[in-house]
Amino acid sequence: MADTTFHLKVVTPERIFFEAPVEMVEFNTTEGELGIYANHVPLTVIVSPGVLTITTSEGEKKAALHAGFAEILQDKVTILAELIEWPGEIDENRATAAEQRARERIAARDDGVDLDRAEVALKRAIARIQALK
Amino acid sequence: MASMRDIKRRRAGVESTGQITKAMKLVSTVKLQRAKERALRSKTYFHSMYLTVKSLLSKSGNVDSVYTTKQETSQKAVIVITSNRGLAGGYNSNVVKLITQSDFKKEDLDIYAIGKKGRELLERRGYHIEEEMSDLMEEFEYADTMKICERITHRLEKGEIGEIYLAYTNFKNTVSHIPTLIKLLPILPEDELIGDDEDDDDDDLIMNFEPEDTDALKMIIPKYVSSLLYGALIEATASENGARMQAMDNATNNAEEMIASLTLKYNRARQGSITQELTEIIAGAEAIS
Repeated sequence: MADTTFHLKVVTPERIFFEAPVEMVEFNTTEGELGIYANHVPLTVIVSPGVLTITTSEGEKKAALHAGFAEILQDKVTILAELIEWPGEIDENRATAAEQRARERIAARDDGVDLDRAEVALKRAIARIQALK
Repeated sequence: MASMRDIKRRRAGVESTGQITKAMKLVSTVKLQRAKERALRSKTYFHSMYLTVKSLLSKSGNVDSVYTTKQETSQKAVIVITSNRGLAGGYNSNVVKLITQSDFKKEDLDIYAIGKKGRELLERRGYHIEEEMSDLMEEFEYADTMKICERITHRLEKGEIGEIYLAYTNFKNTVSHIPTLIKLLPILPEDELIGDDEDDDDDDLIMNFEPEDTDALKMIIPKYVSSLLYGALIEATASENGARMQAMDNATNNAEEMIASLTLKYNRARQGSITQELTEIIAGAEAIS
């Protein structure tokens, strides 16, 4: 069997977030959840807020991935992340409060409330909380 | 001829100014280094972004979206990046000149000013300042540029503005900074894409897009635009410090030159007064004998 690892690079405009050979990577896209092993079909997807799970030979790593897009090639995956955080960088209390607030806003359904924005905020908060677990 | 005391005082003044400009030059040099490092760190991101958008556009030539078609309104948004502080030579006025000397009509423009100097210069010339975000020049993160772009592209989507431009200073190298005016949106098919074109590995892989090309384009283009803005901010910071470094270097050199010529003048005046005193003493002695 061919090599089961592939090269994963997660870059943000400010830093190189992660770069190493990995076995599998999972994250949310606009079309649903996606898990990638080596030798995937070339694909470009848009990220939607969720947990990024990186599986390497040493174990699993999680991060909250909020926005960006990913370019998948057979032996290389590049995630261009606009916003991404390691669990250590997340403030749990703030995330919980943000979730609460977003839920209230969606429930209220006032005219003044931007529903799309509230939904994105909710998704982000949930992604953060999940990444912490 | 000025008196010895005047020249001495003047020289002391020039000397202390020279010290200040020298210190400012050192500060800008350090800041320039930092800005350059930052630019290097984000290079990978921009390059991948550029390649992706390029391949997307080449695949889906005629996409019917506000981002890729001409709008009816002639109203334009211009993001102007200048510095908050002066003493940087022609840095700020060069960027402002791009706008005042362009073909744009004054009434058509909504200025989004990043940098106090640019805002002041344009306001004085009667341009409409839609928004000022000068705090960004002190410190900015990618998230900030995302928010700005969201606001402006939102106005484009609503049809309030037809085009979005960006005026900033391109950092070519330490000594050469080029004031640049680029069009961010809409991206028309005949336009060249902005980005660095180096080591363009054109492997003929067939890339699939999920969602479909057109939808993907709609989602990626705002990201592309905000990454351009972020890159421009980094370059502008580097250019600002580069320009200030040069201006301060010139000022320091001029101060040194002035000190040299003042020292010469001072010595001449001193010599003159000694000669005069001697002549007077000799003349006095002769008169007595």
